Amino acid sequence: MTTERDPVSPTPLPNVVPVAPSEDLASQPINHEPSVVRAFLNTRGSGRLADNAFATVMLICACSIFVIVLFIFSILITHSKLSIAAFGLKFFSRQAWDPVSGDFGALPFIYGTLATSFLALLIAVPLALGVAVFLTELCPKQLRAPISFLTELLAAIPSVVYGLWAVFVLVPIMRDVIGPFLHKTLGWTGFFEGANFGVGLLTASIILAIMILPIISSLTRDIMTAVPNSQREGVLALGATRWEMIRIGVLRNSRIGIVGAVLLGLGRALGETMAVTMVIGNHPEISKSLFAPGYTLASVIANEFSEATGDLYLSALIEIGLALFLVTIVVNAAARLMVWAVTRGAPARVA
Amino acid sequence: MGVGILVENLNAWYGTNHTLQDINLHIPANHATALIGPSGCGKSTFVRCLNRMHETNPIARVTGVIKMGDIDIYKDASPVEIRRRVGMVFQRPNPFPTMSIYDNVASGLKLNGFTGRRILDETVERSLKQAALWEEVKDDLKKKSGASLSGGQQQRMCIARALAVDPEVLLMDEPASALDPVSTSKIEDLIFQLKSQYTIVIVTHNMQQAARVAENTGFFLNGKMVEFDSTHKIFTNPRDKRTEDYITGRFG
Repeated sequence: MTTERDPVSPTPLPNVVPVAPSEDLASQPINHEPSVVRAFLNTRGSGRLADNAFATVMLICACSIFVIVLFIFSILITHSKLSIAAFGLKFFSRQAWDPVSGDFGALPFIYGTLATSFLALLIAVPLALGVAVFLTELCPKQLRAPISFLTELLAAIPSVVYGLWAVFVLVPIMRDVIGPFLHKTLGWTGFFEGANFGVGLLTASIILAIMILPIISSLTRDIMTAVPNSQREGVLALGATRWEMIRIGVLRNSRIGIVGAVLLGLGRALGETMAVTMVIGNHPEISKSLFAPGYTLASVIANEFSEATGDLYLSALIEIGLALFLVTIVVNAAARLMVWAVTRGAPARVA
Repeated sequence: MGVGILVENLNAWYGTNHTLQDINLHIPANHATALIGPSGCGKSTFVRCLNRMHETNPIARVTGVIKMGDIDIYKDASPVEIRRRVGMVFQRPNPFPTMSIYDNVASGLKLNGFTGRRILDETVERSLKQAALWEEVKDDLKKKSGASLSGGQQQRMCIARALAVDPEVLLMDEPASALDPVSTSKIEDLIFQLKSQYTIVIVTHNMQQAARVAENTGFFLNGKMVEFDSTHKIFTNPRDKRTEDYITGRFG
């Protein structure tokens, strides 16, 4: 490309000298040949090296995630070889769990894990959303900090303490009050049948719900706080009630983030070990009744790992770990897929 | 001092959208140049090419040559270097809310590792005076957050922030469109003051504003530059029928 005008040489256009306006705004005379600041900045490098180094370091950090996941996965597979060889894929669909005769299957544990986790979500999500909506939209200012603090405190309690509390408080209540009530009112559904000892799937789900409530509610609260006020005002200005404003202006805008928060809660529920082990009854069976004892993938590993005699038994327990790993991946992937399917084609959104 | 800008065969895309088509122009040093045109005509894309901000969007693409002084900004320098030389003021004031007024203005120098306390103080004062904000904020420079100022003050602070690094070119993308008339006229006065020291490129929807502050004006339409000439010529005797239609308000 040729041009007759050279940018370096003085401007070819008529050099219009601007007429200074009456008031002298930039009162300080500026000496510009070249200023200290400019001279300093001109000594600075291109930043390419720093930018590339930074990008590389961040890439390594990101890759470490892949490496760790692959490493765990490969260890789980190599150490469960015996069990994989003995039962193959059938391991995941077999109901037997008999260490004495060396007969193992993961299905009751998978069922226990999924059932307790989803039941926990069913209980915790509405509660958590309620807490978050209250905190961001309705709560008087003085109450906001104490309630937020308490919610976060709940998240800091060790799970074994939740377990102890459940054993001494929740189990008797379930056995004497809530259980009989549910049996009387909802017994016809078949979910609340059979002997009720206070320990079982339902109790485990409730304790799980309590444990994941603070995570979901505090994340959801943060997401809702990030929704710009102009969104709320925009909806209110259309004559919306407070609930309509929250539904359209806040919840709708933060739905992706809320799903993320729920998934984090679900992740914790799937892997939670101690508290569940203490109240679920630890019996590998699949029963429609939520009063029945169950067993989860995590709690069977915790309970039996130290006393696993024999290589096949140990190998089967490690394959249970593999199953937990896979269940977590499948559940997360399914949830993401669901979000994608629901929001596909939806207009752009905030938060 | 400012440097002239030479643009040759500049083309820019957003995805498949060809937003700038064969732009050629020469922006003279130490003058204000206004870019006018209807929304979506490519003026903002054009100024964002001048400090290589356009390419921060992953789907964006640029071809052509832009020379600032003797530097080909797409060949001879990294984006970081270019942006150190080219200040930018955005449509909406974007103060850094976690920083004091002082830190906002000094941020360009501080992030480059400049430490001279005395010169830093002087530069902040000089920039705020240039931006006509000094008298209003000098008592709480380090006490108040940059976000606590009014909209017009925030925008003048953002101008001071851009001036603090003593740029050679100052890009302004509709700097007054979110402001009230009083703040707008202050900003226009500023541009008038500053243009003898900096090369200023200002995008505006306000044709009176272009007429008031700029020696030269370019008219953009549908990604092409229809006409570029002295502001006086553009507004009194444009060569192109489309320019005339636009400035007389017959369309756009």
